Amino acid sequence: MGILITGLLLGGTYALIAMGLNLQYGMSRIMNLANGEILVAGGFAAFWFWTAGSLSPLLTIFLLAPLAFAVNWLVYVVVLRPLVKRAKTRGQLEVDAILTTFGLSFVAVGVMLATFGGDYFSYSYMLTPVEFWGETYAVNRILAFVAAVIICGALYLWLNISRAGMSIRAIAVSPDSSRLVGIDVPKLSALAFALGGAVTAVGGALISTFLTLDASTGVIFTLKALVIVIMGGVGDVRGTVVAALLLGVLETFVARLIDPGLTLAAAYLLFILILLFRPQGLFGRRQS
Amino acid sequence: MRKRAFLKRSASAVLALTVSVTQAAETLKIGAVGPKTGGLAGGAVVSYWPNVQLWAHDVNARGGLDVGGTKYMVEIIEYDDQTNPGETIKAVQRLATQDKADFILAPYATGLNIAAAPVFARYGYPMITHTAISDQVEELSSKFPNMYFTLGGASGLAQGVADVLGAMKSAGDIGNRVAMVNVADAFGIELAERAEPALKEAGFEIVYKTSYPLGTQDLSPVVKGAKDANPDAFVAFSYPPDTFGLTKQAVVENLNVKAFYTAVATAFPAYAGANGSAANNVLGAGGVNADDPAFQAYMKRHEEVTGEKPDFWASGMVYASFQILEQAIEATDSIDRKVVAEYIKSNDFDTLMGKISWDENNNNSAYWTVGQWQDGVFKGVASTGREGAVSPRLKEGWE
Repeated sequence: MGILITGLLLGGTYALIAMGLNLQYGMSRIMNLANGEILVAGGFAAFWFWTAGSLSPLLTIFLLAPLAFAVNWLVYVVVLRPLVKRAKTRGQLEVDAILTTFGLSFVAVGVMLATFGGDYFSYSYMLTPVEFWGETYAVNRILAFVAAVIICGALYLWLNISRAGMSIRAIAVSPDSSRLVGIDVPKLSALAFALGGAVTAVGGALISTFLTLDASTGVIFTLKALVIVIMGGVGDVRGTVVAALLLGVLETFVARLIDPGLTLAAAYLLFILILLFRPQGLFGRRQS
Repeated sequence: MRKRAFLKRSASAVLALTVSVTQAAETLKIGAVGPKTGGLAGGAVVSYWPNVQLWAHDVNARGGLDVGGTKYMVEIIEYDDQTNPGETIKAVQRLATQDKADFILAPYATGLNIAAAPVFARYGYPMITHTAISDQVEELSSKFPNMYFTLGGASGLAQGVADVLGAMKSAGDIGNRVAMVNVADAFGIELAERAEPALKEAGFEIVYKTSYPLGTQDLSPVVKGAKDANPDAFVAFSYPPDTFGLTKQAVVENLNVKAFYTAVATAFPAYAGANGSAANNVLGAGGVNADDPAFQAYMKRHEEVTGEKPDFWASGMVYASFQILEQAIEATDSIDRKVVAEYIKSNDFDTLMGKISWDENNNNSAYWTVGQWQDGVFKGVASTGREGAVSPRLKEGWE
């Protein structure tokens, strides 16, 4: 039981890491390799507000979300939209986006190095234990989990109920046909991208309460997010959540019952199995 | 994922900062290669880069290096190797052939130093390493006679842990149950391999032993596993992110041990900053003679000039290795690399870390092995023959 809860908490962390990329890749079709840098920047902001102004990360995220939204909107409109306009096929857009965002990730690392320095940053926030069913858990991880539940739940509802959400899903399925039914594809793509960035930055702020980050760690999170998004199925919120939880529980089971040294091996074994037997991901649609 | 063309350009355009030099005096070009990005950047920006800046500042502030009456200002040429050994090699090569650097400061961290050693040797640069920890010193120094080692070896560091815990056990302060974990990386594996027999020799029983992959995001299974084994002491041969993570997890789990040891980055100021009073009496790799006025003066200058605090282990040694180069140049009145290298080999040096002398393998055999956070200062508690060790304290809870 304890293992399951620890695993679910870790899964919540993974969901925070991956959800933003899912929006960006699944909905606005930008394979954003600078996603991890947004996450680290979010963490930096939380760290800075906490150490400089004792502002709780739980409040920081409300400042951070609109800011990250604006920055990502700008990035999309200035840098990525020309690529979308130019691309003749989805494949071409993917290649262009990967190269461009790969470059952007270096810019982001450089900017963070220049503004914050390259030191590790770590702080103690809500580092208090709570005990239930005979096991202890850190409050900050539980907070992150709760936030993940709220964010993922809200996104799911929004995408399924609101008009804008459904339009975005329509774009994810077929951008060309969406235009025929009067959906403003460029605007909503930008919205999805910016929203993804905001979610990622908020995730970074929450994660920084228990993980130690530095300016160069972004790529680790990008990779993890990529694995989770692909496992879950591109463009499906449920898929990302399920894949993140699955990964969290699996890693914790292996760590507690077999050996912590095998967690990575187990995670990638799961990844390979899913790619072999369900290449479109758990909830993904077969590409036509 | 590596940063290629883009960073290469920025390396020359942006990162190759040059220290302002007065035109009147001669200049000495000094190369510096180390991570500003990549996996080890977090350590290098604490221990390495500020010292490069500080040393250049110190030398130039007093009018430059005195080489036979001629004053040489130093000009630093910096390259980011992105924590990629291939890039380290390229950067050293470039410094030697294109920038025509007069001397090159040793790169940061064990792997990058070993990677660059053949290039240093080929062009005859003396290579005074400051952050290379290896047990292959004998082999390396016979292959590369200009390579020097200052920070110690894996065996010594591991033995230091066994010695400190052994002394606590002999005094009746702790029992004989040790939980030992390590990061599954060359450094962690090597230290765990050395520490296990050393701890057994000291009469300890290893009640929990495991490794975890680099970059593990949830270390609670590791700490829970250790806690279930009910140890008296917890030893982790860890890297920076997990050093922080394990400590936080120990706080959460209230891991009730009398001795708590984490390895790399325990001596970083950020460690005390992140953990507050919980850091008190935590043992860690390294250490310095924190009460030595020379070190204290260095600490003060470091903060004034770079705006950052040095760490309590490698920082001082990085600066000391630059001092060795500086003293050798001034003593020989020469900027001929061969002459300087010859002088380094056959002399002792007074540095801020104390006296550095070489054994037959160009190795400084007296180094700090274990330190401890005591009331906000990380003090050396065990060494292989350095002065100023304080006695270790017991870890009494995490408040």
